[in-house]
Amino acid sequence: MKNFCDLINQLDQTTKTNAKITALAHYFGNEDEKNTTWAIALLTGKRPKRPIKTTDLKLWATELAKIPSWLFEESYNVVGDLSETISLVISSPSNGYNATLHQIMEEILTISKLNDTEKKEWLFKYWENLEPNQLFIFNKLLSGNFRIGVSQQLVYKALAKIYNLDDKVITHKLMGNWLPQQQTISNLLHNANDSDFSKPYPFYLAYTLDKEFEDLGDLSNWQLERKYDGIRGQLIIRNNEINCWSRGEELMTEKFIEFQDLIYKLPNGTVLDGEILPFKDGEILSFNEMQKRIGRKKVSKKMLFDVPLCIICYDILEFNNQDIRHKPLHERRLILENLLSQYPNDIVKLSPTLAANQWNQLNNLRQEAKALGCEGLMLKNKNSVYETGRRRGNWWKWKVEPYTIDAVMLYAQSGHGRRANLFTDYTFAVWDNEVLVPFAKAYSGLTDKEIIEVDAWIKKNTKEKFGPVRSVKPELVFELAFEGINLSTRHKSGIALRFPRILRWRKDKKLDEINTKQDLLNLLNFVALDRNTGN
Amino acid sequence: MLVKFTNNGIYCAQANVYIDPWKPVNYAIITHAHSDHARYGHKNYLAHTHSENILKHRLGNIAIQTIPYNQTIIINGVQISLHPAGHIIGSAQVRLEYNNEVWVVSGDYKVKKDGYTIPFEPVKCNHFITESTFGLPIYNFPEASVINKNMNDWVKQNANEGLNSVLIGYALGKAQRILNGLDTDLPILLHNTIYQTNQALNFDNSNYVKFTTDYKNDSKNPHIILATGSVLGTSWLKRFEDYKIAMCSGWMQLRGARRRQNLDMGFVMSDHADWESLNYAVLATGAENVYVTHGYKSIYAKWLREQYKLNAVEVETLFEGESLNQNNGESGQDDKQILMG
Repeated sequence: MKNFCDLINQLDQTTKTNAKITALAHYFGNEDEKNTTWAIALLTGKRPKRPIKTTDLKLWATELAKIPSWLFEESYNVVGDLSETISLVISSPSNGYNATLHQIMEEILTISKLNDTEKKEWLFKYWENLEPNQLFIFNKLLSGNFRIGVSQQLVYKALAKIYNLDDKVITHKLMGNWLPQQQTISNLLHNANDSDFSKPYPFYLAYTLDKEFEDLGDLSNWQLERKYDGIRGQLIIRNNEINCWSRGEELMTEKFIEFQDLIYKLPNGTVLDGEILPFKDGEILSFNEMQKRIGRKKVSKKMLFDVPLCIICYDILEFNNQDIRHKPLHERRLILENLLSQYPNDIVKLSPTLAANQWNQLNNLRQEAKALGCEGLMLKNKNSVYETGRRRGNWWKWKVEPYTIDAVMLYAQSGHGRRANLFTDYTFAVWDNEVLVPFAKAYSGLTDKEIIEVDAWIKKNTKEKFGPVRSVKPELVFELAFEGINLSTRHKSGIALRFPRILRWRKDKKLDEINTKQDLLNLLNFVALDRNTGN
Repeated sequence: MLVKFTNNGIYCAQANVYIDPWKPVNYAIITHAHSDHARYGHKNYLAHTHSENILKHRLGNIAIQTIPYNQTIIINGVQISLHPAGHIIGSAQVRLEYNNEVWVVSGDYKVKKDGYTIPFEPVKCNHFITESTFGLPIYNFPEASVINKNMNDWVKQNANEGLNSVLIGYALGKAQRILNGLDTDLPILLHNTIYQTNQALNFDNSNYVKFTTDYKNDSKNPHIILATGSVLGTSWLKRFEDYKIAMCSGWMQLRGARRRQNLDMGFVMSDHADWESLNYAVLATGAENVYVTHGYKSIYAKWLREQYKLNAVEVETLFEGESLNQNNGESGQDDKQILMG
């Protein structure tokens, strides 16, 4: 555990990629393999479920710290991170106690079965004995959302150094469901992985287009497609089994009930890459509808009828049991087109390619895409192989401009993690006749400097405090950007925005210059109209 | 009541004196020389002997009378004396007694010894005015020896990698503590404000180099640079690349505070009382009435009422534990910016 904590501290204390890789490689090269395997699992987002309820953690922490629960809550509001708060209030002088990472993790896997008294006893053993800097990380492991500023790619690069393997190979070998308590890292990396039929390939992700079209060369080298607003998914048909993975490496097969039938409709040894979307009567439904359906534990018949899902495919990674990611895109595209015409069905659709003779036609295509409920365009080099992870050069996304609106800040709440103890989460309002109605929350988009300035203003202009939330004088105007707008019964304003964020602080604007609820409703109608006529 | 809270500041009508007033008054007793406590424009100042030079350095030619700790003066029947607050050099708690009513205005204080400042002494009283900058149970500061060791290890590690070490802290109090705690053969460069503050304090500058623009950056000969928070985010730091940067402040107890400033390291070195120290100090005075000022005042007052059944209330002052005021004194380095303290 000490080595792992040292590693995390090192990663935490540098922003330099190379220093991070060096620290990771040093750890992987020197630590016991059982611990390394767990560390890799944790660093790549495989975390066991939270074994102890948050309310119990809080209760027992206040007990050990001998403080009332209101004081714990006040402290939590200031710190902004539960694990850190607990480690600070219970912290006592260390006695050099040490346990290995795998020991702690394997215990965490078993304690959810214990009763409360046993759980508490187990917990106090660590809380009373671990060193203060290990306490925080221990609590993080316990909270089920252990995250540190390291991308999966950095972990794979460090492993590549130690194991002398290509990091793309490592990425693929470590995809999918493997359990650190049943595996070791060398087994994972050295054994063939064809025993697991569900194992996905790493996704290839596009960069946002940040160049001029002229720099991309000849337009005829580029395949143009719409960028869909759904869930990126990988559909795997092998061994008469169907598996569907999301980009976040979540196995989502059970959520997509209608996909089960595809076992009979597509040949074994096929892996497709595409976008999962709600689609009915020839029209893409809103992302919200799909969100609702996915959120349900059980999907009702009505929902299945109202919000049927499809996958719009744009790539094929495996064909006839062969990995074909190394083939150029134009060849893969041909294979994909042939496959889908040979096995036509309602669920797997082909993402159409768009035609343009000149770069300047792309703007129109992009507007058209927006009208169809898409996010913009994709530009893919026809000679590109299917890479792993986010890479520059061959795949670009070109999104449509977001919608914008001016609104006033009404409430503020302190942030979490890096922004703890600063007011960074804001609620915004627009005018509804003479009243300000809150309609959106946003917590990103300002620079660190602006955040500190706004924070100071909030502290001076607080009207009321409700726990961690403060109401403030309606004075600061911000321009918000968002990707979509929908009617909502859950929000007071009756409107729900998609991905709202702060575009800029409008110091030049006054309270009477902000937008109105009517403006939002007009926009909503316009968007709806746009979609219908766009078809 | 012997002492009242007025718009000008903490006031004793019987003696007609203010303690750390924020508006110009006739007679001001100053607990210590930080700019939110020692303001410009009063007619007469009273402070501890060790504060005289630094107050003159900061406020110019002021009319000032000084007394040592534990010596009583009497103004219109009120017995007034100063007692060590352990905050910075010359920092004092002000004790006022009249008709068997005893008040102690503690200003800023810390209980843990820093190996440099004359340590805090609790003073028995009926009414105690306390700060609450770190008045939450999450603030438990390590001993000075532990912090110093960590700081020296960090500097050494950087030097081994051919990197400069930049340390950030207040010019008055913190800077001298850091210099006192450093155990190194490396050359130490001082930001001008710190160099001048040292001079005003008669703090020996002979081992240090005042920063000038002909500084030569050489990875074979790494330096320690001690500067105030005013250099953060400015191009002044660029000439020291490659460097590692650390801040010395009680706020460094929280990860968020350190990460927000893109610091490589934070040393939890504070001149304020942490949670346990606050509780110790309040109880040691034996006061039944406690007035909680700057910091987490409402929370800390509630804690004192519930836990110790004291008559504790929060009081608004202009001593701000969280203020962002940058335009005070020498580029505001002594104002308690959000991360300093």
